[in-house]
Amino acid sequence: MLKQTEGSHAVAEAVALCRPEVICAYPISPQTHIVEALGEMVKGGDLARCEFINVESEFAAMSVAIGASAAGARTYTATASQGLLFMAEAVYNAAGLGLPIVMTDANRAIGAPINIWNDHSDALSMRDSGWIQLFAETNQEALDLHIIAFRLAEELSLPVMVCMDGFILTHAYERVDMPAQAQVDRYLPAYEPRQVLDPRDPVSIGAMVGPEAFSEVRYLAHAKQLQALDRIPVLAAEFAAIFGRESGGLVHPYRTEDAETIVVAMGSVMGTIKDVVDEMRAGGAAIGALGICSYRPAPLAAIRAAVEGAKRVVVVEKSLAVGLGGILATDVRMAMSGLHLHGYTVIAGLGGRPILKSSLHRLFERAGRDDLEHVTFLDLNWDVVNRVLDRERAVRRSGSIAENVLRDVGVTSTPGV
Amino acid sequence: MEPQIIKFYQTGSFAVGNRLLDDSQRSVQADMRRSNSLNSGHRACQGCGEALGARYAIDAAMQATKNQLIAVNATGCLEVFSTPYPETSWQLPWIHSLFGNAAAVATGVAAAMRVKGREEVRVIAQGGDGGTTDIGFGCLSGMFERNDDVLYICYDNEGYMNTGVQRSSATPPAARTSTTATLGADPGNVFGQGKFVPAIAMAHEIPYVATASVAYLRDLEAKVHRAMSLRGARYLHIFVPCPLGWGAASEDTIRLARLVVETGLFPLFEAEHGEVTGRYHIRNRVPVEEYLKLQKRYAHLFGKRPAVDTIGRIQAMADRNIRRYGLLGEEA
Amino acid sequence: MEKPFAITLDVGSSLANKTGSWRTHRPVYVDRLPPCNNQCPAGENVQAWLYLAEEGRYEEAWRKIMEENPFPAIMGRVCYHTCETACNRGALDEAVGINGVERFLGDQAIKYQWRVEAGAPTGKRVLVVGAGPAGLSCAYHLARRGHAVTVLEGSDKAGGMVRYSIPKYRMPREKLNAEIRRIVDMGVEIRLNSPVEDLCAAIAHHGCDATFVAVGAQRGRHLQLPSTARVPVLDAVQILRDLEREEAVPLRGRVIVYGGGNTAFDVARSAVRLGAIESLVVYRRTREKMPAHRSEIREALEEGVTLRCLSTITHVGDGVLTAERMELDAKGQPQSTGETETIVATTLVLALGQDADLGLLSGVPGVRVADGLVEVDRNLATGAVGIWAGGDIVPADRNATVAIGHGKKAARQIDAFLRGEVLRRPVKHELASADKMNTWYYSDAPRAIRPILEAVRRTSGFAEVVGDYDEGTALYEARRCMSCGNCFECDNCYGVCPDNAVIKLGPGKRFEFNYDYCKGCGVCISECPCGAIARIPEAI
Repeated sequence: MLKQTEGSHAVAEAVALCRPEVICAYPISPQTHIVEALGEMVKGGDLARCEFINVESEFAAMSVAIGASAAGARTYTATASQGLLFMAEAVYNAAGLGLPIVMTDANRAIGAPINIWNDHSDALSMRDSGWIQLFAETNQEALDLHIIAFRLAEELSLPVMVCMDGFILTHAYERVDMPAQAQVDRYLPAYEPRQVLDPRDPVSIGAMVGPEAFSEVRYLAHAKQLQALDRIPVLAAEFAAIFGRESGGLVHPYRTEDAETIVVAMGSVMGTIKDVVDEMRAGGAAIGALGICSYRPAPLAAIRAAVEGAKRVVVVEKSLAVGLGGILATDVRMAMSGLHLHGYTVIAGLGGRPILKSSLHRLFERAGRDDLEHVTFLDLNWDVVNRVLDRERAVRRSGSIAENVLRDVGVTSTPGV
Repeated sequence: MEPQIIKFYQTGSFAVGNRLLDDSQRSVQADMRRSNSLNSGHRACQGCGEALGARYAIDAAMQATKNQLIAVNATGCLEVFSTPYPETSWQLPWIHSLFGNAAAVATGVAAAMRVKGREEVRVIAQGGDGGTTDIGFGCLSGMFERNDDVLYICYDNEGYMNTGVQRSSATPPAARTSTTATLGADPGNVFGQGKFVPAIAMAHEIPYVATASVAYLRDLEAKVHRAMSLRGARYLHIFVPCPLGWGAASEDTIRLARLVVETGLFPLFEAEHGEVTGRYHIRNRVPVEEYLKLQKRYAHLFGKRPAVDTIGRIQAMADRNIRRYGLLGEEA
Repeated sequence: MEKPFAITLDVGSSLANKTGSWRTHRPVYVDRLPPCNNQCPAGENVQAWLYLAEEGRYEEAWRKIMEENPFPAIMGRVCYHTCETACNRGALDEAVGINGVERFLGDQAIKYQWRVEAGAPTGKRVLVVGAGPAGLSCAYHLARRGHAVTVLEGSDKAGGMVRYSIPKYRMPREKLNAEIRRIVDMGVEIRLNSPVEDLCAAIAHHGCDATFVAVGAQRGRHLQLPSTARVPVLDAVQILRDLEREEAVPLRGRVIVYGGGNTAFDVARSAVRLGAIESLVVYRRTREKMPAHRSEIREALEEGVTLRCLSTITHVGDGVLTAERMELDAKGQPQSTGETETIVATTLVLALGQDADLGLLSGVPGVRVADGLVEVDRNLATGAVGIWAGGDIVPADRNATVAIGHGKKAARQIDAFLRGEVLRRPVKHELASADKMNTWYYSDAPRAIRPILEAVRRTSGFAEVVGDYDEGTALYEARRCMSCGNCFECDNCYGVCPDNAVIKLGPGKRFEFNYDYCKGCGVCISECPCGAIARIPEAI
């Protein structure tokens, strides 16, 4: 059913269609609208047979989810940013225990400085946690990915994090095609846990494992992610068969066929990039784009297959490996290993900085000329940065960077200086 | 000739069993069919009070629930010694997640049971004092205030024993730990710090809060039974001596658990919805030295020049408990 | 369920980890010797019969006593129950009222006519001389072992000093008679009025395979006092004997009893009952040194008997006695002071101890007599093969309980002798001393008070002074027993083991250690209330 709705509400409705049994919620922007909507559905009786638990922290949220999932309940929660970091220990634990929890990460920057706006730093900080991490390009894909996520999680007994850009998707009103309950039920069978806490067949879950078996346990976690690489395309195909549209999968190539330049990115920025690709193609440039849906497991082969005919790859990512450069780019470089391609890393959109078409045009044109630094910070205000660096060189106690930056850009006055 | 019924039973209910008592009046631990929830082969130290307390409490809960029980365990000694791959000592469904989240995981398990219509299956969470009063305190308080249907059991051995005997917020004043050395002007743990979580639990006005000691088995079992007869958040704080961490003889575990109560240092009581409803009256009151001198963690208080002032302050704590909780009964 | 590798484990798998290998010491169940048993001159297994009694299994309890002592009803009255002095419970509150429970069980047996059967006949015959507690005890134990026993008794009734020296107010005769009758019912032949003057002749006459001599010490010691002989001087033993025969006894007016033993008090208390104006016990040492039992002295004082200690009678005059005041020297021995006083007296009774008449042994080769007592080895054997002696005629404390113990001991020796065996002395278990107990576990329970007849009612007749326990009291008192050194199945070890390494075998079967898992922590040992677990080092 087509409807115009907010991304968060769309996701909430999709989650509800998946018949979750336990939902735990702790407020953090920008995921709050999702759990608010779900809470309303549970309280109002629209979502029956579901426990909605208001917990005291994200750490508790993931912990409650761990307990519920281990006891055989289909379990969902949502978080973002600091919340994801606050639950980090439990995030790893849920994966280690092999619990098929589905969680939305409404992607948001990580402080300090505190910032509520979108980038991918939060999700990418959990890249080694053992979770499957799927990135949505659109609100439609965000809601679809949740349905796929439950199926994938429960098949493999692994948790799945659906990442959608905070505000850009979560708070955007767009048209979505909301599936019918019958379709979802066809796609997503009842949850049959691989292991469960049940007095009828007691087990001990969460043993202490020493050096004699720890490597094997970790390898098996890795092997499971590799299995997911096989299953994700299959589930995407099944999804298309039932729901009549493409969603999910490992990667989304866009006009890459004869492209010399391929832009790689994740999430909603793919929309802007595709527009720029279209415009540049119209101008004769051989450019295409590759959206990565499955960040973990890393679809190295699919990326390689998509880029191996190109001359250069530009990774535009909303994350920064401080002291290194790109995070996504590092993965892409790994996929390109042995291919003689130019690789460029572009750090963009941190903390909600808009990624403008005009900026991308300039960027891609420079890339086409191979006139680009290996690591580029898109639309960085060099005046501000250089002034801070100069000041710090001159004065040891140069004051708060954030405040100085604000002064420098003229947002606040500069009393006494 | 039928024996005349009289009320005196040699050991009454102080010993684990009493062959003179009717089966229904004997302790769970006296029963040949007790579940041994925590089975032999675990790797707890000799004379471990926590291993004992865990079996006492969970066997009682198993009996109360007709074995429809799931346990959630915080990281700590109990977890480590009971489930080193490839062996587990647990005989009931059991999960260990993290150090600080046992209460929350239990909330999740309880939610799952409720949503699946299996409310006969009950949930307990358990951890040591570190996992309860320190790192797990947030989750514990959250579980309490939501009144989730979980019995949380804290096995209090007054420190982080698993990591090498460091101080926790349950470590008593003057006690030596590896982070409260017996050096300086105030050797050992300082006075005026720490918290008594049972009182904080009561402040949540949850249905049931109780303290227990492994030396008072019947009392402990009765409290578990009472707890399992109620729904909602419940808290049981069990005093479990740690021979290794306290520098005590392994055979003194129960002796210490008894003396801590008989001195008044650890009050046994129960409370419902924030009101104290019962307290154990001390049988043979003893001075705190009797308890302290059996433990090397207090060795600096004795020796050639006993720290009379410090011992006096500890005695004052015991006296205050006795006053506050009315531990002497009628004479109080 | 296909479980995740290593993280999820099957329940109970820890049994593969045999933690018993950690152990440096192991606990072992032991039966230690309870102080009461250790103390009992008759060798009663007091703890064992209290164990049965506390479950209400009175007949079994009684039979447990009967294995050692055929006279529970008598013992429950005349035994000075030193077991209670030894009782570990004394340090906790008060000793268990063992004696009262024993009396209750003895009386139950009489009431319900419980019997003991004689053993299968062996064809051997044993002659017992003297039907006092030692002789009857010996006869009983021999009969249980199937030997034919003939008891020769000089008096017209059996019972010896229990009958002829202990007044009715302490030992009601129907109880005494009932317990003797039970032995007769087992087939023991008691020939009354059959004094033996020549043992060799008697043995020859009766054609027996072994002999036990226990004729008792029945001759009161006499003391020649300077006298003008107007105050009658009587023998305590004879007075008590006359009392038993219900003959007229001249205990009237001011009765002075000279001596400090139980016999002295028996006479003094009898005098009160017979209407004496005054009944005064004169003793040369202090009250604390009196050999009489504390309860005898206390009850006597309650009844109006008076004491004059540190006093020696030096002269018997005309209605008065002269006594010299004594004082204790540094060693605690009474010494003359030269100060005298007079005591108005109607009758003087000498209760200065008794001697045995051992004329019957004079012609027996090998039997030696020294200081008026028969020389015996530790097994009560005399120097003559086939002849044993016991009771008051051998060197030992003189009381019924000791005599009964002698009877049993001699019977065992005789039985072994008749079977051509050598009796092995059982290994004596380690004493269950108070330091081995953990008495915290026992419920607080003050000793039950035995009903005692009011003094004013006692002195008006020979009714029994110390009353019986009713059943509730007896059961209560039995349950006060701490079962020192012997498992009473309190389940403590089973409960307190942190490693579930104690196996409960079920009611009456006690427990076993599972050394596969016992880490040797010793908690079971510390927490065993009764000290029935020992700690022994492992051979490493």
